[in-house]
Amino acid sequence: MSELYEKTAAELGELLRTKQVTSVEVTRSVLARIEATEARLHSFVTLTPELALEMATEADRRIAAGNIGPLTGIPIAIKDNMCAKGQRASCGSRILANFIAPYDATVVSRIGEAGMVILGMANMDEFAMGSSTETSHWGPTRNPWHLDMIPGGSSGGSAASVAAGEAVVSLGSDTGGSIRRPASFCSVTGIKPTYGSVSRYGLVAYASSLDQIGPIARDATDLALMLNLICGHDPMDSTSVPIEHPDFTTFLTKPIAGMTLGLPREFYSHLDDPDVSRVMTDARKVFEGLGVSFVELSLPHLDYGIAAYYIIAPSEASSNLARYDGVKYGHRAESFDGMIDMYCRTRAEGFGAEVKRRIMLGTYALSSGYYDAYYLKAAKIRTLITEDFKSAFQTCDAILCPVAPTPPFKIGEKIDDPIQMYLTDVFTIPVNMAGLPGMSIPGGFSTTGLPVGLQLIAPHFAESRLVQLASAFQAETDHHLKRPVL
Amino acid sequence: MKITDKEVDYVALLGRLHLEPEEKAKYRAQLDDILKYMEKLGEVPTDHVQPMAGTVELYTPMREDVVRPSLPIEEALANAPAKTGTSFRVPKVIE
Repeated sequence: MSELYEKTAAELGELLRTKQVTSVEVTRSVLARIEATEARLHSFVTLTPELALEMATEADRRIAAGNIGPLTGIPIAIKDNMCAKGQRASCGSRILANFIAPYDATVVSRIGEAGMVILGMANMDEFAMGSSTETSHWGPTRNPWHLDMIPGGSSGGSAASVAAGEAVVSLGSDTGGSIRRPASFCSVTGIKPTYGSVSRYGLVAYASSLDQIGPIARDATDLALMLNLICGHDPMDSTSVPIEHPDFTTFLTKPIAGMTLGLPREFYSHLDDPDVSRVMTDARKVFEGLGVSFVELSLPHLDYGIAAYYIIAPSEASSNLARYDGVKYGHRAESFDGMIDMYCRTRAEGFGAEVKRRIMLGTYALSSGYYDAYYLKAAKIRTLITEDFKSAFQTCDAILCPVAPTPPFKIGEKIDDPIQMYLTDVFTIPVNMAGLPGMSIPGGFSTTGLPVGLQLIAPHFAESRLVQLASAFQAETDHHLKRPVL
Repeated sequence: MKITDKEVDYVALLGRLHLEPEEKAKYRAQLDDILKYMEKLGEVPTDHVQPMAGTVELYTPMREDVVRPSLPIEEALANAPAKTGTSFRVPKVIE
């Protein structure tokens, strides 16, 4: 009989509906788990246990009155870059260490309306710039499967908390892989929905044409429940698309026999890690057993994705982060000589090295004389990558590929070599560049017991296909049922 | 090196970032490495390719020009490092 904090949202929903447990009991179980493991993991920047218990009490009142939804009373962690009114949102940065959000992000409003229980704000790479949660001003989060290893990033706290039982579900954000990579490294299920599916209102912007909020959970069922909650048009976000989303839970038991999965040869030619190769081969066998066929295809411009991303994202970031100037909110330097110096010293003190690096890279790429060679060129490569995927989807229903080139690596191993860190994004970045939905599901473990995830990519607004494939895979395998020992 | 000291200074000023000399040297070397890596993009012919600004068809959603409630002033000022009355207070901009 597992502890309450180990159960999925769907399992807990059933227990709440049948009045076998209360939300306060569930929340207390999760809070006790946090108390037992948080000192070792550091998944959270801000913990709000009193607020959580208040929300749980309110959820119980609602449930008693007969007003229970699929996620009412379920504890959730939110990445530190989303606004929850009255809560600190520091984005993992010193420059917002004292910023209290004055309004709710749309996703946070929806969470509140559903009667969920907010546990606190999950740790992240500073302003979502990073692949390992090592650039957080507050220190790294550790991988629950092996405390010396990174949990992945930038939504490391969101993934680690769900893996460790410190949250039942969580919200992360993904600009170049920041949901999928930590989901893979922590052996949980995470999805970056199609760009425009989930409102970005109240998400602190990193790269506006790439950012997307998405859920992290223990299985495809919980992910489907979360997608039902957060997907949808929002008039407050003019990049959110007015499209009707299906009930994602109706895809959980649909058979996948007859579907075709594409294997891009460029992804596989980059693969030389034996553990990741083995996991991919095993996954293919599982899918074949379920009646899926495979087709090899080509994404010829894949190799240029990293270079194009690391021009576009920093360029957009250099503009988005211009607002951190010590005027309206956040850190202001104490001593300065005039207005410009105030800006320069405030930002020098408030931002970490990776953020400064990307601001400078983006500023350079957009500056006159260089705009054509860098930003414009990268924007054209983006078109080519998107067209590659469009062609690919003419011969397959979805693409199967790795999430990361290796299993999780040691904290400190790549942080001093920016390009080495950037190269770990090779499989996730192209998905953001094209705005496609991408999901990471637990695929197995390395010979040393470290998680290795699989990535599934679908055409625009075909998240339901990913839910269907993931659910079928998880009915046949048990990787997603394993829990780290802490 | 692809990027000169002068360019690092210029970019830091545009980005409103004060850099100490050791930082300047470090970032210059790192940016140089990154920009060298970016040279790869030159391998791809793109003369007849349209640049992509975003992934979905961008349009401007319109609404009626009617005033709606917005963030109350006290809440907007709540995080301000310095304020006076209903304004943010900043160092003098114009001499």
